[in-house]
Amino acid sequence: MKLAAKLVDLRKDYVLKGETVRALRGVSFDVPVGDYVAIMGPSGSGKSTLLNLLGCLDRPTSGSLFLGEDDVSKMNDNQLSRTRATSIGFVFQSYNLIQQLTVLENIEVPLYYQGRLSKESRERCRLLAEMVGLQERLSHRPSQLSGGQQQRVAIARSLVNDPYFILADEPTGNLDSATTEEILRLFENLNEMGKTIIMVTHENDVAGRAKRIVRLRDGKLQSDTTLREGPAQSRSAESASAIEEIRAAIGSDSNKAL
Amino acid sequence: MTFFLRTLQLGIKSLLVHPLRSLLTVLGIFIGVASVIWLLAIGEGISRQAQKQIEGLGADNIMVRSVKPLRSNDQEASFILPYGLLREDYFRIVETIPTVKSAIPIREIRCELSYRDRSIDGRLVGCTPEYADITKLKVERGHFITDGEVKLEQNHCVLAAKVAERLFPFEEPVGRRVYSYEYQEFYQVVGVVRDRTPTAAIGGSLEAQDFSSDVYIPISTMRKRIGDTVVLRRSGTREGETVELNQITLRVDKVANVLRTAQLVQETLEPVHGRKEDVKVIVPLELLEQARTTRMMFMVFMGLIAAISLLVGGIGIMNIMLATVTERTREIGIRRALGARRRDIIRQFLVETIALSVLGGLTGIAAGYACRPFVAMLRELMMHNTPTLMQSLPEVVRNVEPQVVPFSIPLAFGISVVIGVLFGLYPAYRAAQMDPIDALRHE
Ligand SMILES: Nc1ncnc2c1ncn2[C@@H]1O[C@H](COP(=O)(O)OP(=O)(O)O)[C@@H](O)[C@H]1O
Ligand SMILES: [Mg+2]
Repeated sequence: MKLAAKLVDLRKDYVLKGETVRALRGVSFDVPVGDYVAIMGPSGSGKSTLLNLLGCLDRPTSGSLFLGEDDVSKMNDNQLSRTRATSIGFVFQSYNLIQQLTVLENIEVPLYYQGRLSKESRERCRLLAEMVGLQERLSHRPSQLSGGQQQRVAIARSLVNDPYFILADEPTGNLDSATTEEILRLFENLNEMGKTIIMVTHENDVAGRAKRIVRLRDGKLQSDTTLREGPAQSRSAESASAIEEIRAAIGSDSNKAL
Repeated sequence: MTFFLRTLQLGIKSLLVHPLRSLLTVLGIFIGVASVIWLLAIGEGISRQAQKQIEGLGADNIMVRSVKPLRSNDQEASFILPYGLLREDYFRIVETIPTVKSAIPIREIRCELSYRDRSIDGRLVGCTPEYADITKLKVERGHFITDGEVKLEQNHCVLAAKVAERLFPFEEPVGRRVYSYEYQEFYQVVGVVRDRTPTAAIGGSLEAQDFSSDVYIPISTMRKRIGDTVVLRRSGTREGETVELNQITLRVDKVANVLRTAQLVQETLEPVHGRKEDVKVIVPLELLEQARTTRMMFMVFMGLIAAISLLVGGIGIMNIMLATVTERTREIGIRRALGARRRDIIRQFLVETIALSVLGGLTGIAAGYACRPFVAMLRELMMHNTPTLMQSLPEVVRNVEPQVVPFSIPLAFGISVVIGVLFGLYPAYRAAQMDPIDALRHE
């Protein structure tokens, strides 16, 4: 089975005023392509640290992290940036859209940093916006959108570079239950499309929608439970059509991890 | 290309988030650039004015002028004061200095001249035919004084245009006679010359002269009819002076010989006039060189002032950009997470500062070109509203015509770009050095 990410004895120490905080103490697991992982654990257990490493925002103190063939732990700052631009999709709790840009422009940002802006790419961004249901809002600013809508923009943006996996840090933390449901539905559809998703959450309901739950405690892997194999949810007629839409938006050549 | 345009577009969008703030920042550079151009233009205008006047005197000329000495106590008894250049000086110079190509003796006497019921306060200038040539007088009607008229000591005169205009507003002046009551003489008008621009005082060595009331007559006539001694009636007391010549204007054969010739002239005059200090030698070429160095110094000085204002503008930009960077920490974090390299962040902020400063530069240049019409307008305004204040201003200030110095345009523009880069670099660097994780966490 192809792997989207492979973690080998991953360690991360923070040195703060001469004192060393060992945030991750040797974490190893694989994330196969098409997986949908929820990372859980009490506060201070190292979830954010792990997510930062997976997102190539930081380098491990020791151990290896493979994204595809590349070992992230050996990359310099420029290479890390490049990897983030081409291979990772971020979805944050607070959406993190750029306020002065429109919906469409926000979706385009990762392509801009790859130097891949073109008419076709713009069209692709339009399709992605359509896929998350924002075709009417293309030229709106984030401040004109609701939280759920902003998170949809963020999801569209996370897909635009066709990443190895989508990293979602408490993606529903700021949303009400109805909107949470919409977002989770969207994730499930994406996952069924073959998209790999890694999500940090502390809500059991949310975690229960994933295929697999990885629990951390004191910087170590406490448990790794597979909830279900195959599709995350039985295919309803509604989700089938949604999947078709996504397929159209992403394009046939898209999923490089597949 | 699209990438660059995109970066620029993005920068402008970000700047438009705080339009007032951006505007004020631009204003700093705007003022700096405009002041560079203005100060240089005004400096250039003043120095050109001076230069034109000096050039009007002729670079190959030397002027020797009589200077009225201050009366010392022992001279108080005699009320007729003899001083100044002598005809003997004139001959000695002409005969002993081979580099002198030609020399004109000049005698000037103020007197009232009239025609019928019109009269003016004129200045009789006794001279020779070469005078017109050396001072570049243009004959408008008739002819200038001729050799024949000098030889025959004829009572002929040539009027400056202003004099002709005032004495003969309706008549043709040539052929008529003007009358001097003081000397009981008639002079027949044989020509009219175009007005000369008055010379301002130049660096203390040459007092301002106005040629508009000049009436030229043969110097021989003046000597014969009026003589060397004139009595000045001034507030009751009677004072007089005996002056043979007020000025000798020399033309030197080559510009290269001017300074050496001036030296020789000085030495020739030394035995007679050295102690009395009643003559002085004026060398336009020397003045010209002085004016050039003054101009250089002026430019440097003005440049310094302008540089300071640009520096202040630059600091303004830096201040704003530092605030902007802090304020947009979160955005920087997002961009880093989405794949921006450090240099992408640097580029983004640099583009913003450069956009600000280039905008300031371009508008500043536009304002720079407005210097001339603006000064003209200001002058008009002051003439109308505060004429006395206007009169009290020094002549150079009153008459200055700012000249936009061509090199100041690319210079100002270049400086504004350099300022943008220089003062934008540090904030941009600060932005790029932020840790993406910390930046993302920033509220
Ligand atoms: N930048 C940092 N500097 C120092 N210590 C840190 C830093 N980030 C996290 N830590 C520490 O590492 C441990 C794990 O933190 P974190 O990964 O944020 O846990 P979680 O996200 O599960 O709450 C905690 O003890 C935290 O205090
Ligand atoms: Mg955390």
